[in-house]
Amino acid sequence: MSPYLLYSIAGMVLFAFGLHGLMVVAHILRKIIAINIMAGGIFLFLISVAARNFDEFPDPVPQAMLLTGVVVALSATAFAVALARRIYTVTGQVELDQGEEKE
Amino acid sequence: MIDLSMPLIILTPLIGSLICFVTRRQWAVWIGLVTAALTTGLSIKLIWMLVTEGVQTYALGGWQAPLGIHLRADGLSAIHLFMTAVVGLAISVYAHGYFGAHHDDGEQRSAEMFWPIWLFLWGGLNALYLSNDLFNLYVLLEIVGLAGVGLLTLTGTRAVLIAGMRYLLAAMAGSLAYLLGVALLYAAHSTLDIELLGGLVQADRVAVAALTLMVMGLLLKTALFPLHFWLPPAHASSTAPVSAILSALVVKASFYLIVRLWFQVFGHVVTVEAGQLLGMLGAGAIVWGSIQALRQTRLKMLIAYSTVAQLGYLFFLFPVAAAFPTVNGGTMAPWLVEAGKGSIYHALSHAISKASIFLSAGILLHAAGSDHMDRMRGLADRLPITVFAMALAAVNLMGLPPSGGFIAKWLTAHAVIGAGQWWWAPVIVGGGLLTAGYMFAMLRPVFLPGDPHQPLRPVPRSMEFCALAMAVVSILIGIRAADLLDVLMIGQPFVAFGSGGGPL
Repeated sequence: MSPYLLYSIAGMVLFAFGLHGLMVVAHILRKIIAINIMAGGIFLFLISVAARNFDEFPDPVPQAMLLTGVVVALSATAFAVALARRIYTVTGQVELDQGEEKE
Repeated sequence: MIDLSMPLIILTPLIGSLICFVTRRQWAVWIGLVTAALTTGLSIKLIWMLVTEGVQTYALGGWQAPLGIHLRADGLSAIHLFMTAVVGLAISVYAHGYFGAHHDDGEQRSAEMFWPIWLFLWGGLNALYLSNDLFNLYVLLEIVGLAGVGLLTLTGTRAVLIAGMRYLLAAMAGSLAYLLGVALLYAAHSTLDIELLGGLVQADRVAVAALTLMVMGLLLKTALFPLHFWLPPAHASSTAPVSAILSALVVKASFYLIVRLWFQVFGHVVTVEAGQLLGMLGAGAIVWGSIQALRQTRLKMLIAYSTVAQLGYLFFLFPVAAAFPTVNGGTMAPWLVEAGKGSIYHALSHAISKASIFLSAGILLHAAGSDHMDRMRGLADRLPITVFAMALAAVNLMGLPPSGGFIAKWLTAHAVIGAGQWWWAPVIVGGGLLTAGYMFAMLRPVFLPGDPHQPLRPVPRSMEFCALAMAVVSILIGIRAADLLDVLMIGQPFVAFGSGGGPL
């Protein structure tokens, strides 16, 4: 199996793990981490795509996409964590479904 | 000379947003309004150029595809730019009055940050409708999504924080699924340009996987039933201008992208079954959203569920389209074009009327001080302009002639019957009846006799006129439908790139 395929498949598996985690876990921080695992899977896939033609030099476009993706994921994660902190300060809850019926 | 209309349409709101962010609040409002007016003017100018000169393209930085990023405006972009410009301008003027009239803590904080984030969102939307590069579109989706959540959570109350978190997680997951689809396409074809990909994508396993991932991700962001769970709390809990922005404009952005990809990139890949599935989800959205809307006791919750239901109408385009492949010299079915016109026209008319209803609801809520519908009794006598605007917009949502909603539903119903898919017709007609049901439930309390001495907070006139203007425009687009539909067909947005499709 070529390294390209190995890393690609690993990336897909990570994406699937992250998606599963996002749907299953309840804690907000763990949901945010799950999203980051999904993103990590895509980044791994992109970086392996860059090397899909062994004989030539690596393709720079997926690397540029990866870099941009990391920046976007970082900012989105920062925003999500700030939001999670605010939710904890205002309501004291760490899960989204806790005590929904109050109001 | 190179025409700069397209980059300017994106840069103007972005620059305005930055200036609003660094200046003092008193100035930010006026800079925001000037930027909104300028952006609207530039959008109208670009649409006029499309009408007179045809499809417009612009290579950013002078780099040509496949390496560079192209901006491209066709009829589909034009209708969405028009929608954003008209609704955006009205919401901006309304927001000026709205934030001027609110003085409690959370609202003050919203007022400070509303303008920078809203203009940023507007710039993102304009860029999304013009970009021709799949990865660029991913970044724009994230910009629109993050700005949307930012606007939503400005007031910082418990309800918006929880709703915002849900919205953010859904939006991020949707974007990532889209991004994985983009990565797959790039791995297979080594380009990100929509136009070039349209000629390269064949019906193989990679394309099917990419189509599934991208459409699923975008459906989550469009909140198509059963992926709508995040929408009602988000759209109902925010301030009135933000509800209008999210419900009228933001959900349409991801829908636009589905249409763009479905026809122009995956024209060879989509199957009849996939189309029928989307149609079924649309029908489910209409039934489920309407029933939920009928059960609500809070005004904004009712309107938010109405958005869930109305979004369903957009998706009858796909079953009709999938039955008539337009590629490889297949028949250019007139029903496909008709369904496309119906669907996009519904997006436009829903945006305008839903903006009007949310803006009116904001006025009633501001005056009565609560969004429980039994507190709104008797408001028809005391805020006649607002209630009239709301009723007029409701006429449009129900699809009564001569409104824009009527044209949209007529075209859609005509297309599904013409295409031999009669089973969608009862849902379209029944959905209209259900819409009438919940719209009357929404209007009923304000016409009931109420306490004429109930203290009402004063409402700035400019807010009432914005809601009314939107309602009137939603009727006018019904009367001028033929012109707008001609604009939509510029550049044949429902034909796959590279298929050598003849004139429709």
